Amino acid sequence: MKQVGREIPRLEVRAKVTGRADYVHNLRLPGMLYGKVARATVPHGRIRRIDTASAQKIPGVHRVIAGEDIRKLIAEPYYGPAFHDQPILALNKVRHVGEPVAVVLASDPHVAERAAQMIAVEYDELPAVYDEVAAMQPDVVVHDMLKPAGTFADLKHLKGRTNTNVALDYHLRRGDLDAAMARADRVVEHTFKTQQCLHLALEPFVSVAEPGDGVLTIHTSSQTPSFVRTEIARLFGWPENRVRVKVPHLGGGFGAKVYVKLEALVAALAVLVRRPVKIALTMEEQFYMITKHPTTFRIKSGVDRDGKVVARACEVFWNGGAYADIGPRVTQKSGFTAAGPYDIDNINIDSYELYTNRTPAGALRGFGIPQLVWAYESHSDLLARELGIDPVEFRRRNVLREGRPQASGTAMKDAAIAQVLDAIAARMGWSKPFDRGHGTMRRGRGIAIGFKASISPTTSVAIVNVSADGSTTLYTSTVDMGQGSDTAFAQMVAEILDLAAEDVRVVHPDTDVTPYDMGTLGSRSLFHMGNAVRLAAEDARDKLRALAAEAGLPEGTNYPPAEIFKKRYGMQAGNIIGTASFVPTYKSPNAQTGLSDNVTPFWMIGGAGVEVEVDTETGAVRVTKLVNAADCGTPINPAIARTQLSGAAIMQLGFTLSEDMRLDGGQVTNASLADYKIPGIRDIPPMENVLVEAEQHSGPFGAKGLGESGTFGVSPAIANAIHDAVGVRITSLPITAEVVLRALRAQAGKPLEDE
Amino acid sequence: MSNMRTINFTLNGQEVSADIEPHRNLVELLQRFDLFGARESCGQGLCGCCTVLVDGKAVSGCLYFAVWVDGKSVTTVESLDAEGVLSIVQQAFIECGAFQCGFCTPGFVLMVHQLLKEHPSPSDDDIRHYLSGNLCRCAAYPEIIEAVKVAARRA
Repeated sequence: MKQVGREIPRLEVRAKVTGRADYVHNLRLPGMLYGKVARATVPHGRIRRIDTASAQKIPGVHRVIAGEDIRKLIAEPYYGPAFHDQPILALNKVRHVGEPVAVVLASDPHVAERAAQMIAVEYDELPAVYDEVAAMQPDVVVHDMLKPAGTFADLKHLKGRTNTNVALDYHLRRGDLDAAMARADRVVEHTFKTQQCLHLALEPFVSVAEPGDGVLTIHTSSQTPSFVRTEIARLFGWPENRVRVKVPHLGGGFGAKVYVKLEALVAALAVLVRRPVKIALTMEEQFYMITKHPTTFRIKSGVDRDGKVVARACEVFWNGGAYADIGPRVTQKSGFTAAGPYDIDNINIDSYELYTNRTPAGALRGFGIPQLVWAYESHSDLLARELGIDPVEFRRRNVLREGRPQASGTAMKDAAIAQVLDAIAARMGWSKPFDRGHGTMRRGRGIAIGFKASISPTTSVAIVNVSADGSTTLYTSTVDMGQGSDTAFAQMVAEILDLAAEDVRVVHPDTDVTPYDMGTLGSRSLFHMGNAVRLAAEDARDKLRALAAEAGLPEGTNYPPAEIFKKRYGMQAGNIIGTASFVPTYKSPNAQTGLSDNVTPFWMIGGAGVEVEVDTETGAVRVTKLVNAADCGTPINPAIARTQLSGAAIMQLGFTLSEDMRLDGGQVTNASLADYKIPGIRDIPPMENVLVEAEQHSGPFGAKGLGESGTFGVSPAIANAIHDAVGVRITSLPITAEVVLRALRAQAGKPLEDE
Repeated sequence: MSNMRTINFTLNGQEVSADIEPHRNLVELLQRFDLFGARESCGQGLCGCCTVLVDGKAVSGCLYFAVWVDGKSVTTVESLDAEGVLSIVQQAFIECGAFQCGFCTPGFVLMVHQLLKEHPSPSDDDIRHYLSGNLCRCAAYPEIIEAVKVAARRA
């Protein structure tokens, strides 16, 4: 039976509906201490004194540990994937409110919590910077000196730089922008902004470190077990085989749980006190860990009289917060797509990652793409309006067709951009008459499309183990956090080895057992690890055939594996180990021009169509229809693929209409689910989720990733629909009723007073 | 922080007792019985991940003091597949793919059990109203609504 393409339920469904699925939250070890973090109360300041005496006196407190205690264990206790800029606990200085300053350890988490509140820290406060554009000027400098990690070639030139907040500047130059702008019939410029928001997995960050005989085991809710192992080993100066990282189920990740989060802290604490240490954050504390970049995007286009975009200049400022995390990669990897999925001969892109005194920003479902699509698709709509061209038609005239070079110079291959656009237009009934509402209830509709490159350079390794009874186990370090990777991989293995997918066992990441994988991020698993899994299963199949030949079985006959093993070894014994790695080819962008003809192994395409009702008296916006479409190649499990598309779109709906992490003097003022509203069941509009017919020829069984594609088009499609309904243009997220009402009143010449 | 109190209650049909301090919540109490299906997430009774039935009524385990269950009957998600057979609701959640990461799922499953007890044929509005106190960050809401309808048809 064909296994690829089956709509089987996820492998772990039973454990999840019965509440028995294994999360790090469940883990308790003998002698385990709970850590509670005391956090910075000022956005920027030099630490004058940390007084831990009263905390230490609380009965039940095992020990209080601050930054200098960590420095005795690790001379350079700074970590990070792009820059070694983040101290395990603050040293000398704090750079954002909520930064970890000290930790209390106790057997009872309530005792640790109470004691953590007793820690008094005195600061010499420094001026702070919160805005990404303001941070371009070095009036306030967040880091005295830049310290690139050495992992990425294009960060090396930043080493040792002082008096700057720019953690990466990426520049792309294609064609001759100035000449093309001068020749254009019309030149139009806009600025768009996005807000700070965050992942808020319902399982907050949690890690446990367990010291052992010659090995430190870290149980962690992480999307990147292999990276955690490498980074912890580096910090301690140990070989990698002294660190073991285990990841059970994840209660949501969305890009928050990548690279190192709590792992370095629990590892250092456990080694210091020689006992297992667990730190589980509260929902509130998640607001001080990692967020999505706020952005300012200045976009300028030159168009000719046929509605063809001939030149585009993009200036993007990414607010990276106090520590770089993976922000510099966002700036570059997403940066080179800032001009949109359009065929434009003359493009300049300038993309800047800025340090500020906010909670750090990193990857969040789309790796910067939703912020870019927000700007370029709002801009597309305004261009179409300016030219009097239908917005779908305007896009059709400009989209990148198969084989055409994208801004970076890399050709579009297996990128169903036009098909996604057409699918949305068809499901929206775009050419049919549209009810525009009346009175105080006005209706409008809008569309938007976006695209994303996949990550590269990158490596994935897989192992397929066929046991002597023929049962098969797959070992990968891919983290299944609900996206269905375990199930999709089992379907691939089953397809090649002629099994039922349900019978393939998938071992969860354990770096003592499962081989290297760069990380479960950027929709990369299905393609990158999927290719490794496919190759490993083929390797196992070939070795089974060789074993059959050794056993003297005639070639071409189809003996079950159990019989081959029995014949070869005289009993139920032995294993076949199939293994493979997958490393796509890649060419780094040129340092001067930012160009490369091989910048990604595949492209993700996604878009949305939206109908809205706007109440002109209150500004309230109700989405009455949401069409999500994506090119995911040929899906391995279409049912799971559609839920990914739908879930991503709903998440982006929250980032569009309500979610907004507010700051006042550097303090987060709404750090709870009571004040920071994520979508609930009553916020879900009628939805259609469309997987367009496509094939990724380099992907496993024609498939490619899609965890992020559903986020791309939602925000600008809504702003475009609001403009269509009531004639006002919203240029900043989120689009709350107040924002719309203010715009309506300003348009009517009766502006509301400021707050 | 001592003040240990002894409480007696019924846990998934079994008479049990526990010594517990008055500041501990129901989620912590259940963890002592190795029950991890009720999970503290938001800590404010807003997300529904910690849902537990006390005397048949859904409560937020993160806001409900453990000592309050003294003399009461506590039902957790772990009781639903007694004898290894999934409940109709659990089966419907699987068939409809009504979850992704699964962290919020036990809370939703318990709330749907209570919903179907009170509204055997719920309308879309009933479902949305009843489940408005349960959050799913993976946003499997459309599939959850579908699962409730499937379960209602079979109940």
